[in-house]
Amino acid sequence: MKITEDTIQYVAALAKLSVTEGEKKKIAKDLEDILDYMEIMNQLDTEGVEPMSHVLPVKNIFREDVVINENNREELLKNAPKQKDGSFAVPKTVE
Amino acid sequence: MKDITTMTALDLGRAIKQKEISVAEAVKAQFDIMKLRDPSYQCYITMMEEEAYTQAEEIQRRIDAGELFNSTLAGVPMAVKDNICTRGIKTTCASKILYNFVPTYDATVIEKLKQAGAIIIGKTNMDEFAMGSTTETSFLGATKNPWNTECVPGGSSGGSAAAVAAEEAFYALGSDTGGSIRQPAGYCGVTGIKPTYGTVSRYGLIAYASSLDQIGTIGRNISDCTAALEVISGHDLKDSTSVNQLNYSYREALVDDVKQLRIGIPTDYLGKGLDEEVREGILNAAQIFRNKGAIVEEFEMHGVDFAVPSYYVIACAEASSNLSRFDGVKYGYRTENYEGLQDVYKNSRSEGFGNEVKRRMMIGAFVLSSGYYDAFYNKALKVRAIINEGFQRAFEKYDIILGPTAPVTAPGLGESLSDPLKMYLSDIYTVSVNLAGLPAVSLPCGRDKKGLPIGLQLIGKHFGEKDIIRAAYSFEQAVKYERPISLTETNKETKHISSDITKGKGE
Amino acid sequence: MKAYETVIGLEVHVELATKSKIFCSCTTLFGGDPNTHCCPVCTGMPGTLPVLNKQVVEYAIAAGLALNCSITRRCKFDRKNYFYPDLPKAYQISQLYLPICRDGGIEIETSAGKKTVRIHEIHMEEDAGKLIHDPWEDCTLVDYNRCGVPLIEIVSEPDMRSAEEVVAYLEKLRLILQYLGVSDCKMQEGSLRADINLSVREVGAIELGTRTEMKNMNSFKAIARAIEGERKRQIELLEYGKCVVQETRRWDDNKDTSFAMRSKEDAQDYRYFPEPDLLPIEISDEWLETIRSRQPELRDDKMLRYEKEFDIPSYDASIITGSKHLADLFEETVAICKKPKEVSNWLMVETMRLLKEQEMEAEDINFSPDHLAKLIEMVDQNKINRTVAKEVFEKIFKENIDPEEYVDKHGLGMVSDDGLLRSTIEKVIADNPQSVTDYKGGKSKAMGFLVGQTMKEMKGKADPGMVNQIVKELLDK
Ligand SMILES: [Mg+2]
Ligand SMILES: [Zn+2]
Repeated sequence: MKITEDTIQYVAALAKLSVTEGEKKKIAKDLEDILDYMEIMNQLDTEGVEPMSHVLPVKNIFREDVVINENNREELLKNAPKQKDGSFAVPKTVE
Repeated sequence: MKDITTMTALDLGRAIKQKEISVAEAVKAQFDIMKLRDPSYQCYITMMEEEAYTQAEEIQRRIDAGELFNSTLAGVPMAVKDNICTRGIKTTCASKILYNFVPTYDATVIEKLKQAGAIIIGKTNMDEFAMGSTTETSFLGATKNPWNTECVPGGSSGGSAAAVAAEEAFYALGSDTGGSIRQPAGYCGVTGIKPTYGTVSRYGLIAYASSLDQIGTIGRNISDCTAALEVISGHDLKDSTSVNQLNYSYREALVDDVKQLRIGIPTDYLGKGLDEEVREGILNAAQIFRNKGAIVEEFEMHGVDFAVPSYYVIACAEASSNLSRFDGVKYGYRTENYEGLQDVYKNSRSEGFGNEVKRRMMIGAFVLSSGYYDAFYNKALKVRAIINEGFQRAFEKYDIILGPTAPVTAPGLGESLSDPLKMYLSDIYTVSVNLAGLPAVSLPCGRDKKGLPIGLQLIGKHFGEKDIIRAAYSFEQAVKYERPISLTETNKETKHISSDITKGKGE
Repeated sequence: MKAYETVIGLEVHVELATKSKIFCSCTTLFGGDPNTHCCPVCTGMPGTLPVLNKQVVEYAIAAGLALNCSITRRCKFDRKNYFYPDLPKAYQISQLYLPICRDGGIEIETSAGKKTVRIHEIHMEEDAGKLIHDPWEDCTLVDYNRCGVPLIEIVSEPDMRSAEEVVAYLEKLRLILQYLGVSDCKMQEGSLRADINLSVREVGAIELGTRTEMKNMNSFKAIARAIEGERKRQIELLEYGKCVVQETRRWDDNKDTSFAMRSKEDAQDYRYFPEPDLLPIEISDEWLETIRSRQPELRDDKMLRYEKEFDIPSYDASIITGSKHLADLFEETVAICKKPKEVSNWLMVETMRLLKEQEMEAEDINFSPDHLAKLIEMVDQNKINRTVAKEVFEKIFKENIDPEEYVDKHGLGMVSDDGLLRSTIEKVIADNPQSVTDYKGGKSKAMGFLVGQTMKEMKGKADPGMVNQIVKELLDK
């Protein structure tokens, strides 16, 4: 399967990564090799097979509707690269 | 002074209980060795000397007060892989993007260790975000294999495995998503166990691939691994995928008896790509089991070739989502080079993540993107179902599946990084275990001509930990544990490899 | 100009009335200082994991049953991946592949008659945080208090054709959910908000036109205006031979117009996949039956019951049941005083008048049922007369005072002291000889005037029955 530099651009945008023009070619080649290899899965007939997201047949795991946590803002903000007035701060989001 | 650090974890635990060795003495002996050897091996990202002495005091007090009498490992120094959150202690995932992250909470396994009186002495090096098989993708530089410092220790829990092998820790925690405990344990000549998915809580383990990740233990023998596993396993309400089991007393299985144990070796596990010396080592091991009365036979298991692609599709997909939260907003690294929000995202992530992580996130985004989901991601989930099915069928006939941990012994530093696909393919024997959520152990079974350890893998059925522990224990009785030869040498010379690991420690 | 038809479908987000968040044990209380209702889980700290609140599932099922949906017996969560600062994990846990409810619908009634609006699906998901622009530093502040508050998203089919139908649908939806106790549906607090998908097409056309989406509308008035505005905008485009662009728009109610929201550079590809941290939900027959058996009486049934059981006019029953809060107040008051007609009267006349006067919603009524019940008792036992009662009720409505204490304190109790009434009436008769003459001359109206004068003299507190009787007695003497 052909992976174009446009595809790399698109995927990088989804992953919020920037790739330079210079890197694109190499990344495209690597991804192409890897994806080509992954396509060997097509040799396996999976007709009618249920996709398996969880290996164990566990279900219905719930918690009760109880409030336990208390205000712990100081701790939550401890690692924030930038904070202000008890909030995480980011550059202005424009709409 | 007694040679404390060569003891097993359980022996040290016993000596501490009997007041033959104090906890502080054990901690001091451990740090002496760490300071001596870590410049050579670079197992640690963070050493917790001060905290360890504080813990030692507290644990000694508790032991003296008669508490912790059931904790076999109370007072024993141990290490934790740096993707497991430790309250107040930097947890970096060996990534620049978390270089300064100090969790305000403990992972459930850390809470359990603390309750059991463990002395956490440091956080170990790893492949960045556990993505790699060599511990070379670490932002802080590679860990070296104590058997040969020109070789990799394996990965991603390379720091933990090397630390245990180099006697820089009595035992350690690792995490295993596609072999990340077993493979480095194999390369470093120590024992590592990955339990059944859902046995150990993942709460506080910084996720790589949620449906595959599982924390396990690494030790110098199966008894230490088992004792440590008993401490960290158990049902946890904070992890929905944690499974409530009736019995976690794995030490009951430390019995030398494999009579009538049915062991199957998939023919494909001995086929193309397997190094001849490794193959010999594995067949030798099989013979030892036979000699001890086990029933060992080869059998056909299908789908082995499809495990690696299925694994990488699923792992990369989950990773691309799990690692999106590292965006420079709430914690970790934020670029200095930004004007708008999009810059914060793109530059923080591009500067903060290493190449292998970026590659996997891009693969993950691709296989989930519209138009490719069915062909890649959904297909991989179906292949996963077939692989699981294959194991279930095998376990109708066998109690244990035996095979190599890795197709080769530890490669040289720098050999694997240039060709990612080749590196992925070396996970062939380990990833299917994670896809199927099975328990497996890797233990040393001899060495190749280069003197590097060969890893033997024993795979059990779901919640069949006791089967593989019993087999591993029996095997150990026939094969003596070997220390890396270099250990005696590094005691003398300490400065032949410059250490810059401390430079990476984010302030 | 050609004739156009407007086609509207809604995605309604409803905040569920749970105490704690959907995946952690933080409070869902509205407001609070920024980031004080948060924990490592809902702020997306590394290594933390979600655990599902059971009540969320039960509320979603309850809503699905009331909206005539089929319940997905085995459902699961998926991740919706996108970057935005209000979403700390950079994915929203939602449901795409197997939403909990599907294929429902409700009947609405407008001036055009009755029709059914079909519901495509209902899914469970987590709310996002709030962004506040900081004018001093030109940055945006992120508050995660709302992050992880449980939502159900109710997705309708494009079955509505006018703002009137949309409002009727939303009102009906709101009533059902309030009656279920699943949500308080307070639009001003954002616990009910609608995304409007709107397109226009020539009357008779079968294909749908290109739609736009207007996000997070949170008042009925704004919704009606936005629909009108967007309809006109799209028709104008088409009339000028231009195309409608499929996009998300934001309605600005002040400027009475909508704006395109996101730039096209950001391709939206949410890369949904099954959430590996949460396990499937399997809804057994028993569980479903338990929830079904707990379903409270909904509006339509309640209305019929009021007519039958309490013998009140259907119009009154419809007004009272038009608000869950009002209906609760009605039933609680009736339970105390056992006088449904009286209670209904107070609600229909005085309460409605005061609501209108104060520009309040029925939801804002804040007096306790015992006070109204007590007032009704006092009238019934002739402790106060109706004139005074109205005055006291106004106090109850505004300040929730205890009527007994209030009447006592202000001396508003009815005067039925025969001696006092007699002497007052004698004085009134003496002061109004003309009226006495008129009465004697056969003008019975004159008596009313004398009664009125007496009441005035007594500051309204006299027992009207006694006054009537004594005036007549003295005049006839
Ligand atoms: Mg939604
Ligand atoms: Zn929370």
